[in-house]
Amino acid sequence: MRTLAGIALFGLVMLPLPALLASQVWLNFLVMTLFFALLGIAWNVVGGYGGQFSFGHAAFFGTGAYCAAVLQAQLGLAAWLGFALAPVAGGAVAGVVGFLSFRYGLRGSYFALVTLAFAEVLRILANSAGFTGGGSGLLIKLAPGAANLQFADRSGFYYLVLALVIAGLLLSLWIERSRFGSYLVAVRENEDAARALGVDAFAIKLRAIVLSGAIAGVAGAVYAQMFLYVDPGLAFGPTMSVEALLVPIVGGMGTVFGPVLGSLALHLLSEAGRSVLGQAPGLNLALYGVLLVIMVLFLPDGLVGLLRRVRRRFLRGRADA
Amino acid sequence: MSQLPIVVPSVLNGLTTGAIYALVALGLTLIYGVLHIINFAHGSLLMLAMFGVFFLHKLAGLDPYLALLVVPPACFVAGYALQRGVIARASHGKDHNILLVTLGIAIAIENVAIYFWRSDTRTLDLSYAFDTVNLGVALVALPRVVAFAGALVVAGGLWLFMARTDLGRAIRAVAKERQGARVVGIDVEHVFAMSFAIGTACVGVAACLLMPTFYVTPQVGHSFVLIAFTVVVLGGMGSFPGALAGGLIIGVTESLCGLFLGESLGQIGIFAIFIAILLLRPSGLLGHRA
Amino acid sequence: MLEARGVSKSFGGLKAVVGVNMEVPAGSIRAVVGPNGAGKTTLFALISGFLTPDSGRIRFVGDDITGQKPERICARGLVRTFQITQPFAGLTVRENVAVGAHLRHESRASALRHAQAIAARVGLGDRLDQPADQLTVAARKRLELARALATDPKLLLLDEVMAGLNPTEVQEIVAIVRRIRDDLGVTVLLIEHVMQAVMSLAEHVLVLNQGTAIAEGTPAAIAADPRVVEAYLGHGAASRMTGAGDA
Repeated sequence: MRTLAGIALFGLVMLPLPALLASQVWLNFLVMTLFFALLGIAWNVVGGYGGQFSFGHAAFFGTGAYCAAVLQAQLGLAAWLGFALAPVAGGAVAGVVGFLSFRYGLRGSYFALVTLAFAEVLRILANSAGFTGGGSGLLIKLAPGAANLQFADRSGFYYLVLALVIAGLLLSLWIERSRFGSYLVAVRENEDAARALGVDAFAIKLRAIVLSGAIAGVAGAVYAQMFLYVDPGLAFGPTMSVEALLVPIVGGMGTVFGPVLGSLALHLLSEAGRSVLGQAPGLNLALYGVLLVIMVLFLPDGLVGLLRRVRRRFLRGRADA
Repeated sequence: MSQLPIVVPSVLNGLTTGAIYALVALGLTLIYGVLHIINFAHGSLLMLAMFGVFFLHKLAGLDPYLALLVVPPACFVAGYALQRGVIARASHGKDHNILLVTLGIAIAIENVAIYFWRSDTRTLDLSYAFDTVNLGVALVALPRVVAFAGALVVAGGLWLFMARTDLGRAIRAVAKERQGARVVGIDVEHVFAMSFAIGTACVGVAACLLMPTFYVTPQVGHSFVLIAFTVVVLGGMGSFPGALAGGLIIGVTESLCGLFLGESLGQIGIFAIFIAILLLRPSGLLGHRA
Repeated sequence: MLEARGVSKSFGGLKAVVGVNMEVPAGSIRAVVGPNGAGKTTLFALISGFLTPDSGRIRFVGDDITGQKPERICARGLVRTFQITQPFAGLTVRENVAVGAHLRHESRASALRHAQAIAARVGLGDRLDQPADQLTVAARKRLELARALATDPKLLLLDEVMAGLNPTEVQEIVAIVRRIRDDLGVTVLLIEHVMQAVMSLAEHVLVLNQGTAIAEGTPAAIAADPRVVEAYLGHGAASRMTGAGDA
């Protein structure tokens, strides 16, 4: 109940923000923070709850982004259609990757490697295929209007992404409260013990990665609509894969609010870095790399874990007083 | 038969490139064999070493082959420090934490390099870069022949080291049975760090042998590391002869794929092999379970 | 309830289980004993689907289950515990047991309720919210039992649930296991080294040595069997013991 109330509170706080924020810069910041939270929520399903560390979530994200872009730019179909099909495409690619990896028993490092390799293969394919526009990418025609899922003003995207993030939070909550989630966590903690208790570990992991890929696909479609441009490096490059895993790791893996908290912390930090060190290529990611090392060294359970410990200490302190 | 004149040089080029892959993969496989982790930072360490060789030449006029006296030892020290100072502290009892830390190190190193050196391509200007050796069937660039020979020498030396020295035996003991090695008094933490250091030194040697014919950019590690992973998986995780043979096979495959399929699809050949081996080759993959 | 015929398994050149026949009638408590390395745990892994036999058949309530996956076998009502306890370390006791309970309880609330009842039955009622990795050895063994029991099995395979416990704790577990059979009608097959427990619990004992069944019968008959004594204490031990009286 408390988590549900938390999600409601999150919605209530976030909803009026576009009207209250005078600056487009901050609104933009929030849109990107929510967008990466969505991507992090996707990774969190299979990585956080399921313990299967994907290093190639760009494969699913990029598939969603290209799905939206190709349907509009090459086939002239409606934006909403691309948007609706993006999770199907992302989920399907994830299903193939998951089926192969889990069927052959890949875990840990091997699973990380194989996901990374799939993302690279898709990047090379997108680079050489014709319908993806090759290396120069695809432009979606500018045609503002809610029907085209293009918004003249940033707040349109804000509400779109906010709605998706809230849906993602509710989904995470459902995972925590369902048989599926209980099985998924059991497989993460000890696969053999889970199987001995009747859990079909293969089916559970496969369902988790398909779900995760579908959400990442939606995030990809959002990205394509926001920037009206997709190219192989943006869609399938390592940056998105790293963002996807870093967000929940910083926030707290396998928790409902971890990805939101992680995304906020990460992007506040990167804004701060930019204002101190100036805008320069590489800086952002260098910061992320260092942060990843620091988080694993000192806060392996993320910000949510830190908050929980602080609260416990506080409660104990009060009980003592 | 008409294709022979282009196929033979292509195979020879593939073998020389493959020797470098083998060298990078030797380091990776040593680290994997002992620590049971895949070192995602391996490629970025190679990139750093290559920049080291580049600047030693540009700023101090040091020949890349003379840099063999400087760069590998520096890599050795850096590898030791990295393992002891960062990676060993990260696990908290879970292997996936180490995986994440090496990924973090890789991202950090690579992007700091982009920050300082941008994505420009840098090459060395050496008088002997275009000298060739006549091997009878074809002409091969001298630096490539040196690289091939160098890689074989290092692989042989490493094998002797593992077979004949106390440290080599300790490394093998730890790779086989960590707890047992601890019980008989081997300083396991030290062995971990030494393995990591030697693995990184291999990358230093590869950098010196590569720079006369290759370019360096902050992203150069990528292409090598994924191929090195492929080599390691192909040859069997932790196996030295496997890494050597795997490197040569992949080098030739890549060269021939590039010849017949074109540059960008040629890369797919490597990944296809990589994924297929990961999925289908059960020994060494499934043998390692938690 | 359970019937194994000619079950064999080898690893490379090592014959772990050789042509074992066994039967576990419904409602019984039976035990498998034998020295270390006799193939007991391998036999359990074969029955529960974690390993596939090289030859032989295993039948459970009339159906052939040979080579089926562990999760399928568990769904049929045959569940095992692990000799080395395998808790879901990051979860609480309640959540651990609920994973088992979910097999027959789709909804979270009903699985948690069932988990609570089962935990109380094995004496973990006051530790429901404790993380599993903070439990004592004795409590971990009980958790292992509780998780398996929560799947509402027909047959429970217990792999050394009493190893490493002190005599009081052993007596408590013995009482719990007996009540599981008496109250819930669950058939029990156990591997045990603690002879005191085997003697007081099991109605029938099968002795394995080097992968082969060397004797079976009531606990008293087994204890007196010279082949069994030799298996445990080495060749010639039985004659030495009778020769030297009770020294």
